[in-house]
Amino acid sequence: MEQQLRKMTYRDALNEGLREALQKDERVFLMGEDVGRYGGCFAVSKGLLDEFGPERIRDTPLSESAFTGAGIGAALGGMRPIVEIMTVNFSLLALDQIMNNAATYLHMSGGLFNVPLVIRMATGGGKQLAAQHSHSLEGWYAHIPGIKVLCPATLEDARGMLWSALLDPDPVLIFEPAVLYPMERTLAVDAGPVAIDKAKLHREGKDLSLISYGSCLHKCFDAAAILAEDGIEVDVIDLRTLRPLDTESFLTSVAKTHRALIVDEGWRSGSLAAEVSARIMEQAFYQLDAPVERICSAEVPMPYAKHMEEAALPQVASIVATARRMVHG
Amino acid sequence: MTNTDIKARQPLANQEQSLHLLRQMLRIRRFEEKSTELYSAMKIRGFLHLYIGEEAVAVGVAEALSTDDAVVATYREHGHAIVRGMSMGAIMAEMYGKVDGCCRGRGGSMHLFDAEHRLYGGNAIVGGGFPIAVGLALADHLQKKARVTCCCFGEGAMAEGEFHESMNLASLWQLPVLFVCENNFYAMGTALELSESVVDLSSKAAAYAVPTATVDGMDVIAVAEAAKKASDTVRETGAPFFLECRTYRFRPHSMFDPELYRSKQEVDGWKQRCPILSLTNRLKEKGWIDDSTLEKLEEDIATEIASAVDFAEQSEWESVEDLTRFVYSDVGVN
Ligand SMILES: Cc1ncc(C[n+]2csc(CCOP(=O)(O)OP(=O)(O)O)c2C)c(N)n1
Repeated sequence: MEQQLRKMTYRDALNEGLREALQKDERVFLMGEDVGRYGGCFAVSKGLLDEFGPERIRDTPLSESAFTGAGIGAALGGMRPIVEIMTVNFSLLALDQIMNNAATYLHMSGGLFNVPLVIRMATGGGKQLAAQHSHSLEGWYAHIPGIKVLCPATLEDARGMLWSALLDPDPVLIFEPAVLYPMERTLAVDAGPVAIDKAKLHREGKDLSLISYGSCLHKCFDAAAILAEDGIEVDVIDLRTLRPLDTESFLTSVAKTHRALIVDEGWRSGSLAAEVSARIMEQAFYQLDAPVERICSAEVPMPYAKHMEEAALPQVASIVATARRMVHG
Repeated sequence: MTNTDIKARQPLANQEQSLHLLRQMLRIRRFEEKSTELYSAMKIRGFLHLYIGEEAVAVGVAEALSTDDAVVATYREHGHAIVRGMSMGAIMAEMYGKVDGCCRGRGGSMHLFDAEHRLYGGNAIVGGGFPIAVGLALADHLQKKARVTCCCFGEGAMAEGEFHESMNLASLWQLPVLFVCENNFYAMGTALELSESVVDLSSKAAAYAVPTATVDGMDVIAVAEAAKKASDTVRETGAPFFLECRTYRFRPHSMFDPELYRSKQEVDGWKQRCPILSLTNRLKEKGWIDDSTLEKLEEDIATEIASAVDFAEQSEWESVEDLTRFVYSDVGVN
């Protein structure tokens, strides 16, 4: 039987995921700045206030630390809160609550208090929003034991990761690349929750492993298509979950291709790409035919001007050029 | 809006309750005195923030709370843990770092947790507990549970943004939080007037349309009465209340503090107002306690503490194999 598909945006898929969660579980509620009357700063929660009312779709004051911490408290008190922080840069005002409370409570209490909280936020550049709205700090968050870090790059994941995150007993952060909100694709009519502990191999090849996540995944798809015209076939892996990392997924791929190129929108130094690279060195060193390489963002605060922002971010051309060099020498 | 100013001393109304309050304060005092000894003996390590001098606050406030209510406290929380009903053994073993500690030795003195008694820490980030208390109250509000969340903090924490954000949120959303400020006039070495542009602490809560009261935190009867009124208000209105208890820390901030920032005379002056001493004197005046009852009380407490120490001594160290447990609920995630 042919699968029924519908066209929609990444934003619509997130909205459906939220609606489904709110319908399925009375304990679920959404809070954050402008999630209700405004419909969400990126319009992700549009329409939910009318459907679920102001007790469950709660507009908060500009108090990232207080409402994120209130999410922790509400989770401890038996609810299943979804906290929306407008963007990752603003999440720094709530970092104390995320790092010192959400990530530590279970451990500090010797297993007494788990925190079933989901925090969603936009991340990443590409919209000319300059140096205080464009950074990709999910790799930073992935450094912290005690939280899980997800980054949906596809409609399936945008739609399906939320429910799985809500079922998780521990704090889960979901990073939504802001450039993907208007992305239009198709999604199965019966799409539902997805696993959040596995990476996904989207495209198969034998010559090189392209390992990425988030908005860069789509640049990898484009690069893979161009490389295929040259006869270079690549694996494209979407990490999906940045903590805990599905190490097996890229080790298996590297064992086949013997070459790994990691594409990560975070800054290069101390990046998630560095962690993936280190794991390949540690666990698959003798499988490699070439050094692992990384394409990351330039180490500057994100500039505003379009040409400069493009130069700062990983781009298809550099992925293609690097992959060619790695394969043909 | 009400701001009940510190009132003249109320007469002792009830012998049984007064004796109970004395006993609770003494339990905290003696437990902590023992803890300092054990610190010197290197049985307890890390930071150890003593509540000595401030006992009337935790004891008085606890009278107003039921077992169903929640408490969010700070790193200076031994007193709260004890009056909440936790066993001294579990607390002592925690400070030893032993596996039978209330948090298996993962938390230590600054992070005492207890699910049964709804003690949500023990938070060592100044101000970090405010939003959590607001969230616990939000959960009660959403689940239509008529409970109070009591949030205890020092006056120093009121300079943190989290105080202001949380006060605003609790008031805006009308959430049942009893905010208890344990004003001991110093944040480590920084005196109140050196950290606040406005030293009238109630006015800060009042600015968020939260009703307030101020009470002599060295008088346990007064604290109990004020806390009862305050918690009754929270229960009736489902909305927050701010109670300032003026008290004093007799000991150094933690274990490493030469106390350069205050004079011996000042400390001695406050010691004259010791909450345990003054209640004992008042009980004696009334003829409600005599030396032999007091002796018996001390003996019972000494026994309780000795068995707590014994429990901690006997308890095992958690196996290092368990190091990475409790990072995630499902064991084995890397
Ligand atoms: C966010 C933060 N800043 C600084 C500290 C270090 N510190 C620990 S206790 C303390 C003083 C707090 O004073 P107060 O809130 O009045 O409580 P008290 O210790 O007097 O009970 C400071 C500065 C900390 N633990 N957390």
